[in-house]
Amino acid sequence: MTAAGTLAALARIFAGVSLLGFGGINTVLPEIHREAVEAARWISDRQFADLYALSQAEPGPNSFIATLIGFQAAGVAGAVVSTAAICLPPAALAYLVARVWGRIRGSAWRTAIQTGLTPVMVGLILASAYILIRAADHSAAAFAVTAATVWLAYATNINPLWAFAAAGLLGAAGVF
Amino acid sequence: MYWAQRVLVRRRRWLRPEEFADLLGLCQFLPGPNIVNLATVLGESYDGPAGAAAALAGLLVLPMCIVTAIAALYARFGSLALVHGIFSGVAASAAGLALALAGHVARPVVTRRPAGSLPIIIAAFVAAGLLRWPVALTLFVLAPASIVLAWRRIV
Repeated sequence: MTAAGTLAALARIFAGVSLLGFGGINTVLPEIHREAVEAARWISDRQFADLYALSQAEPGPNSFIATLIGFQAAGVAGAVVSTAAICLPPAALAYLVARVWGRIRGSAWRTAIQTGLTPVMVGLILASAYILIRAADHSAAAFAVTAATVWLAYATNINPLWAFAAAGLLGAAGVF
Repeated sequence: MYWAQRVLVRRRRWLRPEEFADLLGLCQFLPGPNIVNLATVLGESYDGPAGAAAALAGLLVLPMCIVTAIAALYARFGSLALVHGIFSGVAASAAGLALALAGHVARPVVTRRPAGSLPIIIAAFVAAGLLRWPVALTLFVLAPASIVLAWRRIV
């Protein structure tokens, strides 16, 4: 693929998923995985899991996984194009809807749409977790780290970045 | 979002808590990163298109530069054995975080209306996770059914 072709593909893919991402980036991760790993092969399954981990730990919005994948595919230009593509279409929509928000705020159909979309989003977030676990866990030790993080992040109030740090140390020691 | 609430409501006092909650309701109703939507809507309310553009630039440009630098480091050093080992651990942990997030989002939904939500949750998981349907197709098939179910409960 030519450089311009790669940039166009990044823009198309991330702009496309950006307007489907009700409830955050995790609902469209299965789609990003399909396009970037399975179809375009910019990154491997393993790199997808790595970049997701980075996107959870870095300072910007989690959607910056687009920035990371864009850089892998096409360098700095890819990073900029992908960031713009994942952020600007929803921002434009938010700009337009903000002007009519007062009228639709309490309406029954708005509540129905929001209530109805939520279970679909939950299923998509589960699918993301499944894809990430398949990509990241190739040993019993890795499964144990995943299970420990699920417990820590679900059942306690401890900041999950501590789990990341501990898991990174175990990895540096060659456990996996 | 935690930081946005802290700065806008508690430190600068640009918004009252209930105004912030209303704004968050709007941003969660819309697709895309909540924090991006929040910055756009708030910027627009102060100074129209220029305000929205300024808020977005302020939110995105610096983190994008930092993340691009991180991406460059990853591309350069990601294959070293030590870095590879660290990432094996952190990626396994992050996958667990994604599953915990699913649990946190699922709990109130399933508790409130199990019969209306569980079949839809399972169907969306099977479609996008196991059958690898595109997310757009999954939404197109399941969202209308789910919204009709929710509508019949409301009215």
